[in-house]
Amino acid sequence: MDYIDPHIHMVSRTTDDYIKMAQAGCVAVTEPAFWAGFDRSSPKGFYDYYCQLTDTEPARASQFGIKHFSWICINPKEADDPVFAREVIALIPEFLKKSNVLGIGEIGLNKNTKNELIILEEQIALAAKFEQLILVHTPHLEDKRKGTRLIMDAIKRNGNIDPSRVLIDHVEEHTVGDVLDRGYWAGMTLYPDSKVTPQRAADIIECYGDERIWVNSAGDWGCSDPLAVPKCRMEMARRGHTDSLIKKISYDNPKTFLTQSERFIL
Amino acid sequence: MTNNDKTCPACVEKLLSLYFMEHRAKLLDIAAYLDRLDRATGDRIDDCRIPVFDEAIKMLIDGNGDRTKRILDLLSDQTDILPHAAGGAKGAVGAPKQNGGK
Repeated sequence: MDYIDPHIHMVSRTTDDYIKMAQAGCVAVTEPAFWAGFDRSSPKGFYDYYCQLTDTEPARASQFGIKHFSWICINPKEADDPVFAREVIALIPEFLKKSNVLGIGEIGLNKNTKNELIILEEQIALAAKFEQLILVHTPHLEDKRKGTRLIMDAIKRNGNIDPSRVLIDHVEEHTVGDVLDRGYWAGMTLYPDSKVTPQRAADIIECYGDERIWVNSAGDWGCSDPLAVPKCRMEMARRGHTDSLIKKISYDNPKTFLTQSERFIL
Repeated sequence: MTNNDKTCPACVEKLLSLYFMEHRAKLLDIAAYLDRLDRATGDRIDDCRIPVFDEAIKMLIDGNGDRTKRILDLLSDQTDILPHAAGGAKGAVGAPKQNGGK
């Protein structure tokens, strides 16, 4: 069964991972711009990273029959210095013209600071100006609940963003209901120690339904699993969920959201 | 929005078969972790992660549903404070300092 991993950081993964993902049925990935584990020292570092996302990774993925798309932004972990962040944001419009870029992401908050919020609002405005889809990173652990609400409030304040064109990622049991009730899409990230396990993702689908929700691995340089999506499908199957539901969560729903960008062609 | 009424397609017997051993192991991991804290060297410290963990364990057996959501709420920053800047901080510890686990 084909699947899409709509959030994975392949720049941090090996070529072996591409092979294993293709063997497991992965036909497409989308890769948001994120923090590399260290702060880049200049906007030029971001420029090179955006080139890697839009040129190098699509070529690497295509060797294994996987379509690669990306999202461009300055991530919240490096957005706490507004002067620096604005220099990076000025680079983004050039990359929004690329045929494999789906939108602005993953923008959001990390430590829920006023500085992060200022830059979040400016990137939301950028998405509105260029009519882009948005992929949102919500904060970690104790900061998630407050940060998720702050982010949704900021999007609403902009006034020009349709919630159905925004995916709020890394939801858990205490945020998913709010996200769906406000009309956004919800992403569940499958991590071994934080966010949700495949078991909890299946629980959330059982309790909150299968509309406007997807699963992703967010595989990166930390503790993560590039095969998390097929493992979640296996978890759902062993509980007795139908093939059609499993396909909806891991293929149809991501496709429905992502094809709001005319560039997402499988 | 939420629906907790018999939405899991598996019966209790099947769920026990699928998950009991996995969660038995996790239960013992928690017990061993608490024993390890008891055996730790040095002075006891006042850390927000310790009382909130005890509170969360009580929620597991309080007889009410929505345990996961309630524990996540307990482990969340519930203040309205927005610091101006992060001062270089990137990570989170998993429990709110402001709430003191209450």
